[in-house]
Amino acid sequence: VDLVLFYGFAGLAIGASLVVIGQRNVMYSVLSLIASFVGLAGLYVLLDSPFAAVTQIIVYAGAIMVLFLFVVMLLNAPQEEPAVRRTLPLSIGGRPLRIGAIFGIVFLAQIVWALSRVGESRFAADPEVVDRVSSVRQIGVELFTTHAFAFEVTSVLILVAMVGAVALAKRNL
Amino acid sequence: LDPVLIAQILVILFTFFMVLNSAAVMVLMERKVAGWLQDRLGPYRVGPWGVLQPLADILKLLMKEELRPKAADTALFYLAPILSATAAFGAFAVVPWGAETTFFGLLPEPIKLQAADVNVAVLVIFAITSMGVYGIVLAGWSSNSKYSLLGGLRSSAQMISYELSYALALAAVLLLGNSLSLTDLVNQQQGYWFGFVPKWNIFVVPLAFVIYMIAGVAETNRAPFDFPEAESELVAGYHTEYSSFSFALFFLAEYVNMVTVSAVATSLFLGGWHGPFLPEWLGWIWWLVKLFALLFFYVWMRWTLPRYRYDQLMHFGWKFLLPLAVVNLLVTAAGVLYWG
Repeated sequence: VDLVLFYGFAGLAIGASLVVIGQRNVMYSVLSLIASFVGLAGLYVLLDSPFAAVTQIIVYAGAIMVLFLFVVMLLNAPQEEPAVRRTLPLSIGGRPLRIGAIFGIVFLAQIVWALSRVGESRFAADPEVVDRVSSVRQIGVELFTTHAFAFEVTSVLILVAMVGAVALAKRNL
Repeated sequence: LDPVLIAQILVILFTFFMVLNSAAVMVLMERKVAGWLQDRLGPYRVGPWGVLQPLADILKLLMKEELRPKAADTALFYLAPILSATAAFGAFAVVPWGAETTFFGLLPEPIKLQAADVNVAVLVIFAITSMGVYGIVLAGWSSNSKYSLLGGLRSSAQMISYELSYALALAAVLLLGNSLSLTDLVNQQQGYWFGFVPKWNIFVVPLAFVIYMIAGVAETNRAPFDFPEAESELVAGYHTEYSSFSFALFFLAEYVNMVTVSAVATSLFLGGWHGPFLPEWLGWIWWLVKLFALLFFYVWMRWTLPRYRYDQLMHFGWKFLLPLAVVNLLVTAAGVLYWG
């Protein structure tokens, strides 16, 4: 059963991600990204870490993607008449595409390198490790002791982004 | 086959069926209470006291013609109500409605009266209810109508704003209970102080309960926060273009969401199935009494208060309710640190 579920969720995650980049309609892209996140959450559940799964759904699928959808809805309101299908403006071609391709190749190399180092999964087998990963208490303790610095820096980063967004959007407050 | 497994599956089916029924009961209750509040009788023709009225309503809805605007996005237009209803039902799955039972010794080991006991239940409820907003947003977008779009936008803004206060109010209870499992949290509220005051969280963190209920009303888009469907401004908001079964699903989702929010409030603040006078195995009666008291409050509020203005809603949510929830959380945390 586990294997069937694994392939189901993995298939959902990968398939949906492919739709995200292959889809012209931004709305469908956003939705398939959500589906992909849900697939990932399912994989987390299979890895015995419901907390990670639920956080994945709350933070990504629940909060961030709603904002995405919000923006897309405002920018891309459907026309009254079913409009002629527009293709991507050609100006996106050229240099940004090439830079993107380079980044893609670098990312692929990184993933291949990372995967080759993992070998067999020695992570779900150890019950102590599983316990540590799935326990909310452990995550909290780790986050506020060992990783306190990274945690605080991240929150400062988010604060900076927020202030920046407000400053950009509201020139004259 | 394992009898425990069969019993658990039966409990799950029963839970699903009763949640479905609760929507029908709520429709009747809403119409009856609305009638009384307006000095009318409410529905009384179909069945004794109109108890079969929901059945008539459902039949009427199902026999209507299914309409779809020509310019609507077909796939999303039909996905939206399904998503809405699924999310509403899904969230209820982790709510326990009775103590563990062996059904008078019929089963070798006790089973839990709920669909799924998850150790991060409270977060699961969050996750699933936050998926519910997609149903409404998609309905608004895919209908390709300005009223729907405005309704969808309003609802997403409203739900994002109030989700924060909602979460912070819950966090206060989680601090008290030191657990994320609803079953644990309910069991901690067993017993009495001074012999007669039940150990319910509402007496420890009353402010959190008030914030939770206000944010819950906003989350479920009920009056006085029913902006996504404000009929005087937006015709019917996000479900303007829906009819027949698709509309019925939205309708169902709204009532099931109310039931879920009230059920969670019952578990977290009102001690779940624990109560005086009744033995443990009849705890579900207490649970139902508390649930329907909260649901009655919902209906009462809808027919008593006028709708807010949209900017008032946003001001109230961000500038009053959220700071209040943060202060409440801080005070609770300090209290837990001091006495705990």
